[in-house]
Amino acid sequence: MEGWVALYIFMLAAFTGIEVISRVPAILHTPLMSGSNFIHGIVLVGAMVILGSAETGTEQVVGFIAVFLAAGNVVGGYVVTDRMLEMFKTSGQKKD
Amino acid sequence: MIPGIDFIVPAAYFLAAVMFIYGLKAMGSPVTAHRGILFAGIAMLIAVLVTFVHPMVHGNYGLMIAAIAIGSIAAWWTGKRVAMTDMPQMIALYNGMGGGAAAAIATVELLKVIGGHELDTTTTVMAVAGGIIGAIAFSGSLIAFAKLQGWMRKTWRFGGQQIVNMLFFAATIVMGVMIIINGPDPLLLTLFLVTALIAGILITVPIGGADMPVVISLYNALTGLAVGFEGYVLQNPAMMIAGIVVGAAGTMLTQLMAKAMNRPLSNVLFSGFGKADEDGPAGDVSGDMKSIDATDAAIQMAYADKVIIVPGYGMAVGQAQHKIWELTELLTQRGVKVVFAIHPVAGRMPGHMNVLLAEAGVPYDLIYDLEDINAQFPTTDVALVIGANDVVNPAARKDPSSPIFGMPILDVDKARNTIVIKRGQGTGFSGIENLLFFEDNTRMLYGDAQKMAQALISGVKSLD
Repeated sequence: MEGWVALYIFMLAAFTGIEVISRVPAILHTPLMSGSNFIHGIVLVGAMVILGSAETGTEQVVGFIAVFLAAGNVVGGYVVTDRMLEMFKTSGQKKD
Repeated sequence: MIPGIDFIVPAAYFLAAVMFIYGLKAMGSPVTAHRGILFAGIAMLIAVLVTFVHPMVHGNYGLMIAAIAIGSIAAWWTGKRVAMTDMPQMIALYNGMGGGAAAAIATVELLKVIGGHELDTTTTVMAVAGGIIGAIAFSGSLIAFAKLQGWMRKTWRFGGQQIVNMLFFAATIVMGVMIIINGPDPLLLTLFLVTALIAGILITVPIGGADMPVVISLYNALTGLAVGFEGYVLQNPAMMIAGIVVGAAGTMLTQLMAKAMNRPLSNVLFSGFGKADEDGPAGDVSGDMKSIDATDAAIQMAYADKVIIVPGYGMAVGQAQHKIWELTELLTQRGVKVVFAIHPVAGRMPGHMNVLLAEAGVPYDLIYDLEDINAQFPTTDVALVIGANDVVNPAARKDPSSPIFGMPILDVDKARNTIVIKRGQGTGFSGIENLLFFEDNTRMLYGDAQKMAQALISGVKSLD
C-alpha cells in the first residue's frame, strides 16, 4: 500500500473515531471504553498472519504469544462489554 | 489456494471494518448499545475466520488454534466470573493483552528483517512506532491492573522520578531510530523492547488510584494506535481502520475524562495526584463533623419531597448498589422523588457508577449527569452522598489554594440537608480535606455503605 493512501485511511478513520464518540452520554463511557477495547482486538487477525507465516522457532514462539494475547483481548473485551451492556435497560423496558 | 480468495479475504475485512464502525456508533446510545457490541462481535468472527485462509498464512495452524483456544478460554473464564465492581481492572488487563500482541507483531516483523527479509523505511517506522506504543500500553496496563486489583498498594515515588522516566522513554526512542536507520540486530531489538516495557511500568507506577480511569482510557487509545500502525505493516486495512478509530475515540474519551477532573492530561501523567497535600491540608476548615444515626437519617429521607443520591467509590467497595436501589424503591413508594446524580469521574472509571447502578436495576432515566442535576440541588430536601468525596468537595469552588480548585463538582452543599455515608473520618484517596463534611447542614453517617443502606431501609420500613 502506498504511504499516502495509508495516510488518507488514518486521517478518515481518526475523524470517524472522534465523530462516533463525541456525542455519547457519560452513562455509556465505561461500556464504550470496553467496547472500543474489544474492537482493537482485531489485532488477532494480524497476530494470526504473523504466526501463520512464521518460519524460525523464535518467530513461532513470539507469534504464538501474539495470538494468545490477542485472543484474550478479543474474548475478554467481548464478554465484559456484553455483561455491562446487558444491564442497561430503561424503566419502560423493565416492565416487559 | 482456494479460488477467489484474493477477493474474499479483502471483502470480508472491508465488511468487518464497516460493521466495527457501525457497532461502535450503536454503542453510543443506551437503546442500541447491546446491538452494537453484537454487531462488532460478528464482524470480529468474520475477520478471524477468513484469516485462516489468508494468502500470507501457510502453516502453524495447530499452534494458531491452540493459542486462540488458551487465550479465549482464560479470558472467557475470568471475564464471566469477575464482579461488576472489578470491571475497570479487567478492561485494563484485556487492553494490555492487545498492546502486547501489537508489540509481538512488531517484534516478529523486525526478526524477519534480521533473517534477511526486506522492509521499506515507512514500514519499518510503523513497525517500530507500533512496537513502542504497544509495549508501553502492555506493561502500563498490567501495572494499572495490579494496582486496581490491590496487588500493588503503594504509590511508588522518588526524587527525580520524572527525569528517570523521561530518560527511559528517550532511550526507547533512540533505539527505535537506530533500528530504523541501521536495521535491527538481536541485541538492539531485545534492549529496545525491554526499555519500552520498563518505560510503561515507570510511567504508571507513580499514578494514584483516582487518576486510574484516565490512564486506562489512555492506554486503550494507545493500543488502538499500535494496532493501526501494525495494520499498515501487515497491509491490513481492517486493522488500520479499527485501530485508528479506537485510537481517536479513546483519545477523545481520555480528554473528556481529564477535562471532567479539570486537570490537563500531562498533569495526570507527570505529577502524582494530591501532591499538594504534602504542604498540609489546604484551606481553612472550621467547625466539626456532625454525625447522625441511620434511624434519624431514614426519617429525614422518608419525609422529604425530593432526594438526590450521589454514589461514589465507597458504594462500589461496599457493593451497596442493590441495597441503594431497594431504598430508592421504598422511598418512591412513599411518594418521595428520588434521582441519582453521577459525577463524570466518580469511581474508578467514567460511567463506573452507571454500570453498578444498572446492575442493580436502576433505570438509566433516573440517572443524571453533572450539568443536568446541579441546578436541582437548591430545591432538594436531602442529598445522600454514598462514599463519594472529591467530586462533592465545595473546595473546588471556594478555595483557590486547593489542588482540586476549578474542578466541576456536584453542588451537594446547596441541598437543604446532606447526609454523607462514609467509612471513617479520614480524608480518603486524594488526601484533600472535604469542606462539605464541615457544613452546618451536613450530617455524617459513619459505616460501610452496604450496612448503612440496609440500616436506612430498616429505618424507612419501621415508619409504616
